[in-house]
Amino acid sequence: MGHGAAVDRLVDQVRAAAAAGTPLAIRGGDTKAFLGRPVAGTRVDTREHNGIVHYDPNELVITACAGTPLVDIEATLAERGQMLACEAPHFSAGTTFGGMVASGVSGPRRPWSGAVRDFVLGCRIIDSRASHVRFGGEVMKNVAGYDLSRAMAGSFGCLGLLTEVSMKVLPVPPYRVSLRIELDVQQSLTQLAHWAREPLPISAACHDGGALMLRLEGGHGSVKATAARLGGSRMDDGFWQQLRDHQLPFFAGTRPLWRLGLPTNKQLPNNLPGEVLIDWAGAQCWLRSDAPVQQIREIATAAGGHAALWRGDSDMPFPPLPPALFALHRRLKAQLDPRGLFNPGRMYAGL
Amino acid sequence: MNILYDERLDGALAAVDRAVLLAALRTEAPDVTLLHEPEQLRPYECDGLSAYRTVPLAVALPESIEQVQAILRCCSRLQVPVVARGAGTGLSGGALPLEKGILLSMARFKRILAVDPTACLARVQPGVRNLAISEAAAPYGLYYAPDPSSQIACSIGGNVAENAGGVHCLKYGLTVHNVLRVDIVLMDGERVTLGSDALDSPGLDLLALFVGSEGLLGIVVEVTVKLLPKPEVARVLLASFDDVRQAGQAVGDIIGAGVIPGGLEMMDNLAIRASEAFVHAGYPVEAAAILLCELDGVEADVTADCERVRDILLKAGATDIRQALDENQRKQFWSGRKNAFPAVGRISPDYYCMDGTIPRRALPMVLEKIAELSRQFALRVANVFHAGDGNMHPLILFDANKPGELERAEDLGGKILELCVAVGGSITGEHGVGREKINQMCTQFGPDELDVFRAVKVAFDPRGLLNPGKNIPTLARCAEFGRLHVHGGQWPHAELERF
Repeated sequence: MGHGAAVDRLVDQVRAAAAAGTPLAIRGGDTKAFLGRPVAGTRVDTREHNGIVHYDPNELVITACAGTPLVDIEATLAERGQMLACEAPHFSAGTTFGGMVASGVSGPRRPWSGAVRDFVLGCRIIDSRASHVRFGGEVMKNVAGYDLSRAMAGSFGCLGLLTEVSMKVLPVPPYRVSLRIELDVQQSLTQLAHWAREPLPISAACHDGGALMLRLEGGHGSVKATAARLGGSRMDDGFWQQLRDHQLPFFAGTRPLWRLGLPTNKQLPNNLPGEVLIDWAGAQCWLRSDAPVQQIREIATAAGGHAALWRGDSDMPFPPLPPALFALHRRLKAQLDPRGLFNPGRMYAGL
Repeated sequence: MNILYDERLDGALAAVDRAVLLAALRTEAPDVTLLHEPEQLRPYECDGLSAYRTVPLAVALPESIEQVQAILRCCSRLQVPVVARGAGTGLSGGALPLEKGILLSMARFKRILAVDPTACLARVQPGVRNLAISEAAAPYGLYYAPDPSSQIACSIGGNVAENAGGVHCLKYGLTVHNVLRVDIVLMDGERVTLGSDALDSPGLDLLALFVGSEGLLGIVVEVTVKLLPKPEVARVLLASFDDVRQAGQAVGDIIGAGVIPGGLEMMDNLAIRASEAFVHAGYPVEAAAILLCELDGVEADVTADCERVRDILLKAGATDIRQALDENQRKQFWSGRKNAFPAVGRISPDYYCMDGTIPRRALPMVLEKIAELSRQFALRVANVFHAGDGNMHPLILFDANKPGELERAEDLGGKILELCVAVGGSITGEHGVGREKINQMCTQFGPDELDVFRAVKVAFDPRGLLNPGKNIPTLARCAEFGRLHVHGGQWPHAELERF
């Protein structure tokens, strides 16, 4: 596989970029290029640096190179009855492990199991001085120094070139049932808020405008009992992967796609201007809408959340940050990447 | 080895006259309670790491966020360093004051601002005790999951600063997994919100970066935590082993079989005996090791898991397995583990608690090496271990009144931490670096990583006034410490000039 040689090449690329002062546009499988802003820079492809470095099911940890296809990691884990519990989306073929971490996007299981960042235990990055550095490790608990490895999740490559990540994995729940329950949106959210206070084995909850879709996962006893109690009809488990990967009809077409991150267990804002698909029991709301950017942002903010434009045209697709917080972002970027080598502008102009 | 602040190694600090500082604070932060008489300062001279004490220049006890901002602005202007303190229960000296600095006590921020049972979150001030949050949430069937053993006293602000853990981390995570939002004040007085009530927030994940930053990046002034529904049932199994190795193997077997226990703890014979003598938990005093395995969740699943775990334990060589028959016995089983530290305190005048983490597979080897080091340094070591998540707490028994024993205990501790690093672990799993492990940071990280940490610090606190000397060592300190630890004739940090 030549991990060493592939890393050396990446280090050389960063060193050359640093010397020339030219920015780098980092890519893995390029399956999330639509997210964020375009980057003008020399292409760096992480995919040559791939492979599982270390996996020990008893330790609940996998370490792999950033360029490893996510499907390979998932297959390796599945052989041992384990999974990445953040259930990261693929969107299209070729998603890499590093891309999953850099984007920090999590799937339907997120509210119950945790996000990508919650499972990151350690990472290696090439920093702006072309040093290959390591933060965190392969242990569950580690509070030595600042937690830079978790901060890499969702940083879109703006802080350094991610080369290797260690993540906590979990056993695949032994039993699963997917249910379709005929409730409207409001009834569903009320019900979900109610259920949230009980230790029910819910692992996904989505409303597509027609009915509430629930996934129950856990021990045989609890899943069976809960399914009997909640009623509804059984549905195909494949739905969740379609939801995860945006393969449902809702996601087709060219109308702008917004993602609203909202407080948990609250009713939806009643003035959402467009077609809505609810995931994460209401904490993630997908909106197809041509309404002005400002209007959608204001609705999300008023509800205690935020709105990002996932598909559509905007110079600022991610939600604007308050000035003091943005200033802190800029200072951090200036410290960690003073020459602006790593994906400059991918998240925000000036970052 | 003296770990008190050393300006030669840790950086020069501005010398500010106490009277000048007090006068400035009285003007710029009026109505803030300031303590400056020697007898008032004495209670603040150390935190839970009581072997090291420094009397601060003054103690400030603000009651509002505006007051915190005013104090920081004033100290920023005068270049006076600020050490934040929550409940002072930290075990790594993170709240150890500076002679030339003020101690910022957040003890008066004691209000629970809101418990929202619908959103399953609580908004609290930083001085609120960890356990008080769960108590406030209990009427709704909810609780706050991280439960460090000091939870009756420790504050949530301190938990955020330390990324506190507890005995349920493997299943329920650390503080970083259970905090949604933290409001902080930067050294220049600016208030910034990290995170939100939603499950994620725009921008970089500065919340993840901030949690566990030990008071070096900002002062926590408000915290929003996630509340979880209480598990329907919790059952605990107590398994005895004749061989520590087998106990270690059983831990891996349980997890490898797909069971994630709510808690999975291990104690060695010395710790078992000390605990049993202290709280009479019903532990087998002849066992080489015991495992406590708590399984929680829904009745039907827990019953099934208990059966599976029992089989695994037997196969791994357990000589005896007992399941707590009722809630009282469950608490009794846990009481031995939860009182392990004070129990060890009863059998030794002093003890020094380590906090290294290791991959679980390295456990038998590490325990063997610790036993070897224990003989070599002629100090007893009791082992208490969050086995599920690889977090060890070797307790080094010593007598500070015997000349040289504290130093020997510290040296032994240092060796244990280096051992943890060598097997791919960490010098601290939950207690933090603070002042205590500042030298071992030079073992854990190379100069390039430490440079990145310093860069992060500069972004938040350009003049390095928040808790200087903690968490991240200076280049000079690592050079000095490296001199004491030359391996195989190789200088660590070969890139530095030597004189």
